[in-house]
Amino acid sequence: MLKVPRALYAQMLAHVIGCLPEEGCGLISGFPPQMAAGDPVSTQVVGWYQARNIAGSAKLYTVDPGDFLRADRQAQSEGCEIVGVVHSHTHSDPYPSPTDIEQAPDPSWHYMIISLRHPDPTVRSYSISGAQVQEEPVILVD
Amino acid sequence: MSVEVRLPTVLRVHAGGNSSVSLDVENLRELFEKLTELYPAMAGQVVTDEGSFHRFVNVYVNDDDVRYLEKLDTKVRDGDVVTILPAVAGG
Repeated sequence: MLKVPRALYAQMLAHVIGCLPEEGCGLISGFPPQMAAGDPVSTQVVGWYQARNIAGSAKLYTVDPGDFLRADRQAQSEGCEIVGVVHSHTHSDPYPSPTDIEQAPDPSWHYMIISLRHPDPTVRSYSISGAQVQEEPVILVD
Repeated sequence: MSVEVRLPTVLRVHAGGNSSVSLDVENLRELFEKLTELYPAMAGQVVTDEGSFHRFVNVYVNDDDVRYLEKLDTKVRDGDVVTILPAVAGG
């Protein structure tokens, strides 16, 4: 389960909408599950770091490596670490594409996808390990 | 000469769970050789058998991407921080 503060989700949404017609992307920080006392199965997102999509595409994204470095440093300075990536699907549903699965860098990460296919955006999150894709609930919290 | 190497979560499983390692080295080639000596499972994770960086990792010395420096021949100094991050992409 991924718990996302509503305020951060609003920022994610504003960013990916602002990136149209290209895909938008960014990184999220949180505490590894073993550090989340009393609630080991969920990850609380505590930070959102918008990033440039250097692929500059409506169908692909590549997080700007420099933006990743800055996000990583910021997260560490706040005592947490990068725990996942957010990207938008501009014309498809919020399910991992073959490219998303093939290029997923870390099996411990959360892969949030925001679909802008329909007027009302939809968000889902997954763990991706090799070819194994497991959806996890996304809970917006205050 | 001590250099701190920061490892991304995906590589920590190959390094005894450590998030960072301090090494006494003079350049990145030596750094990755020592890292592999300490943690044999790190072999091939960052540097290919052909001796170049994998295209799906980015390596920084402090704020500088080593692809724009001297790659594996990049010199490091006491107090430098080497950060390894995965490339993040999809569709």
